[in-house]
Amino acid sequence: MKWKLTAGIAVLVFIIFIAACQSEGDLEFKRYYTSGALVYENHCQNCHGANGEGLSALIPPLSDSAYLRKNATKLPCNLKNGLKGSITVKGKGFDDTMPANDLSPVEIAQVLTYIGNSFGNKLNTIDEQSVQKNLLDCK
Amino acid sequence: MKNTLLCGLAIMLLWSACKSNSTDKKALPIYGNRTPVTKMVNGKQVTDTIYPTVSKFATVNQYGDSVNNNSLNGYIYVADFFFTTCPSICPVMHRNMLNVYSAFKGASNLKIISYTIDPKHDSVTVLKKYADKLGVSGNIWWFLQGKKEDIYKLSESYLVRKPEEDAKQQFIHDGSFLLIDKQKRIRGSYDGTDPKQVDQLITDIKTLQTEPDEMTAQ
Repeated sequence: MKWKLTAGIAVLVFIIFIAACQSEGDLEFKRYYTSGALVYENHCQNCHGANGEGLSALIPPLSDSAYLRKNATKLPCNLKNGLKGSITVKGKGFDDTMPANDLSPVEIAQVLTYIGNSFGNKLNTIDEQSVQKNLLDCK
Repeated sequence: MKNTLLCGLAIMLLWSACKSNSTDKKALPIYGNRTPVTKMVNGKQVTDTIYPTVSKFATVNQYGDSVNNNSLNGYIYVADFFFTTCPSICPVMHRNMLNVYSAFKGASNLKIISYTIDPKHDSVTVLKKYADKLGVSGNIWWFLQGKKEDIYKLSESYLVRKPEEDAKQQFIHDGSFLLIDKQKRIRGSYDGTDPKQVDQLITDIKTLQTEPDEMTAQ
C-alpha cells in the first residue's frame, strides 16, 4: 500500500515537472515572439510590410519558410550587417540592398522568432545563444 | 429627471452632428494663404482671390522625357518626394501609392509624380529600374529627376517640409502626398505612410474629378 502511494506521488511529481518544463519553453517562445513583434514594427515593417508581404520586385516577402529554414544560420548576420547581391525568394529574384540594422543579439533572436512564426511560417524559437554563435561566423 | 433630460439633449445633439457630417458633400478646401486682388473689369472694380499655386519646374521622367509644370496642364495630380535608396518611409509610401495607381490606372485626367530628392544617385536609368520593379508602366506615374536645389526649393510651394540631410548624409523628408487640381492649387495633403489617409485621398480624387473645370474658389 505504502509503495503504491510513493509511486503515485512520484508519477504526479514527474507529470508536474514535465508540465512546468513545457510551459517554461512556451513562455520563452511567447516572450521572444511578443518582443519580436515590436522590433519588427520599428525596424522591418516599413519595407517588408505589416503582413510580411514585401513590395513588388523591390523588397522580398518574408513568407518563404523554405528560404528561412535554409538560411537560418546566416539570417542573424544579414539582419545585423545588411544584405547585398541577388537572392531568390518564393521563386522571384531580388537584387536590391537591405541596409544594416543596429540590433542587439537578443533583438535579432526576438525578431527572427517573430518572423519565423508569422506570415504563415512555423519555425522554432530562435534564442539569443544561437544568434550569438551565428554572429561569430559573419563574413 | 434633470439628468435624463440633459442626456437626451446630448444624444440629440450628437445625432444631428453625425447626420450633417454624413449628408454634407463638401468641396475640397484650397490650401495656402489667399491674396485679394482688386482690378478693373469693363470699367467696374472687381475683387478677385488669388490662391497660391505650385511653382514652375523642369525635370526628366523615368523614360528620359522632359517633364515640366506645363506637362501637367489639364491634369489632376498627386505629388510626393522620395528617393530610391530610402530605408525608412519611402517603401511604405509607395506601397500605399500603388493603391492610388491601381485605382486610377485607366484614368485619362490623373497623374502621379514622385520627385527624387537624391538626383545624384537616382538617374533616369535608376528611376526606370525602380518603376519596373515596383510594377509601374505607362505614363500615369512619373518618377522625376531635377536639380537638387530646384527640387528642394520646389517642395516649399507644395507646403511640405523642406528636405534636409543629416550628419550621416541621409535625407530627411516629408512623407506627404499632395493633391493638386487643374489650376495647380493644393487641394489636399495626406500622410503617405497611413493607409487610411491614402484611402481618403482616393475618395478626394474622385470628388475633385467631378468638380467643373471653371469652378472658382469660394
